Amino acid sequence: MELISPTEFARDTLQTLQDYSLLAGQSIANLFRYPRYFADMLQQADLIGVGSLPIVVLTGFFTGAVLALNSSTTLQRFGSLSLLGQLVSVGMVRELGPVLTGLMVAGRNSSGMASELGSMVVTEQIDAMRALGTDPAKKLITPRVVSTVFMLFFLTIISDLLGMIGGGVVARLLLGMDWHQYWSTAWQILTFQDVFMGLVKPLIFGFIISTVGCYYGISARGGTQGVGRATTQAVVASSVFILLVDFFVTKLLMAIFGYR
Amino acid sequence: MAAPPTAIEQRLSSESDAATDIVVFDNVFIAFDEKPVLEGISFRLTKGETKAIFGVAGSGKSTILKLTLGLLKPDAGHIYVLGEDVTQMPEDALFDLRRKIGMVFQESALFDSLTVRENVAFRLLEEGDISDDEVEKRVREALRFVELEDTVDKFPAELSGGMRRRVAIARAIITQPEILLYDSPTGGLDPVTSTTIVQLIVKQRDVYKTSSLLVTHRLQDAFIMATHYFDRKANEMRPLPPGARGEVPMAFLILRDGKVIFDGDAHQLAQSKDEYIREYIA
Repeated sequence: MELISPTEFARDTLQTLQDYSLLAGQSIANLFRYPRYFADMLQQADLIGVGSLPIVVLTGFFTGAVLALNSSTTLQRFGSLSLLGQLVSVGMVRELGPVLTGLMVAGRNSSGMASELGSMVVTEQIDAMRALGTDPAKKLITPRVVSTVFMLFFLTIISDLLGMIGGGVVARLLLGMDWHQYWSTAWQILTFQDVFMGLVKPLIFGFIISTVGCYYGISARGGTQGVGRATTQAVVASSVFILLVDFFVTKLLMAIFGYR
Repeated sequence: MAAPPTAIEQRLSSESDAATDIVVFDNVFIAFDEKPVLEGISFRLTKGETKAIFGVAGSGKSTILKLTLGLLKPDAGHIYVLGEDVTQMPEDALFDLRRKIGMVFQESALFDSLTVRENVAFRLLEEGDISDDEVEKRVREALRFVELEDTVDKFPAELSGGMRRRVAIARAIITQPEILLYDSPTGGLDPVTSTTIVQLIVKQRDVYKTSSLLVTHRLQDAFIMATHYFDRKANEMRPLPPGARGEVPMAFLILRDGKVIFDGDAHQLAQSKDEYIREYIA
């Protein structure tokens, strides 16, 4: 591994942050500029949203199921198994649904965006697009950002619902709980604050996934090896970024809603 | 795309047009990773002229094309394209200017997820206000120009290197740009395919009078362009009559160590006493 001086490292890091911030800002600013590529947005929504549905359904269902299974032993010890529905629904809606859906979509789509755009960079297709008078930021980046934010919101709702169903299946079939009791406690515990917290996060995570994926793709250098590196970096960075931002967003929203 | 036939005599009579500067490089410097590539180069491309740029690998030939398009910004100096200083223009304004310029990239740079039709039509589809019938007509016309009309539904991966290069030419010329930039259009191709590409460039020069910058390693290609014209009636490239000189608007530019060491026509190049140039053209 090549050693670099601390000054150079700091300069490179600052440069990366600056370039990423510019790309992220531009992706939003382009929403208010012509031309807008609605057809590309729809195509990306299909690729990102519909394409991610199977993994999100499976992740959501089994996360809810395993959450119920693990929590049941502790709850049974205190004779509070009836609270299982509440625990699963709050856990899924506030935290696990958004974060796990975000991580799954990051793994699938952040890498896809980085490799697709990276390949376009190294084969001069991005330069060709600019040479043809088309802004790649408007044509390639903004549609991906809009579609990811939009679709992750709905994927998270599906994941939350499937998680609660997964928990319910475990509660009914393995723990012998009453189905109606599970559902009524699961629904009744949810407050506006829980749902709001759970639905703000996918908007932020969707933005992170798409901008990080596009940033690493568009910055790819060094042929196919560079594209591979960009793909890996995109997944790692977006996943870590999601987990970091999740903590701060949760803390902020808890402070706003007066949670203790 | 239809233009009147251009005889050599007609070109000679349009000298006033030929005097207009289309591209001007004025004392341009650029360095990559603190390594200077262009060190104060200046030259002009006049209307209707094709200028072939030569130099060893890494001498900055392709950089000149990217600078012309505004894809790169110089560290110092000015570049005027169609009268506008591209070094001072914001990116949004550059997109408008680039619509008047066509570029053929070294490796074609076709969009690999789009068909030949979609690649060639890309610029028209981006403009958005052209009917589907008109787009189809112009795509077919551009592909007919490069004799590849039957590949319209194929993907770039299904074409040979030479065919991809010709599709790239069709994509570049579909909007009849005022300037064409060719980056090693014959690089890595067999002699027969190279001659086909050279013929297309000569056709574009002589039939549509497009001003062009041509980056190439192949001196013989540029000499063919300097010694041939396109006969529209016969639809083929023909050699100039014996003794004819300067009848086709073809110039040569040679770079060495980041500087222009030669800028002139084929005759001047052949007469050059510079040792490096003599070795280069030998």
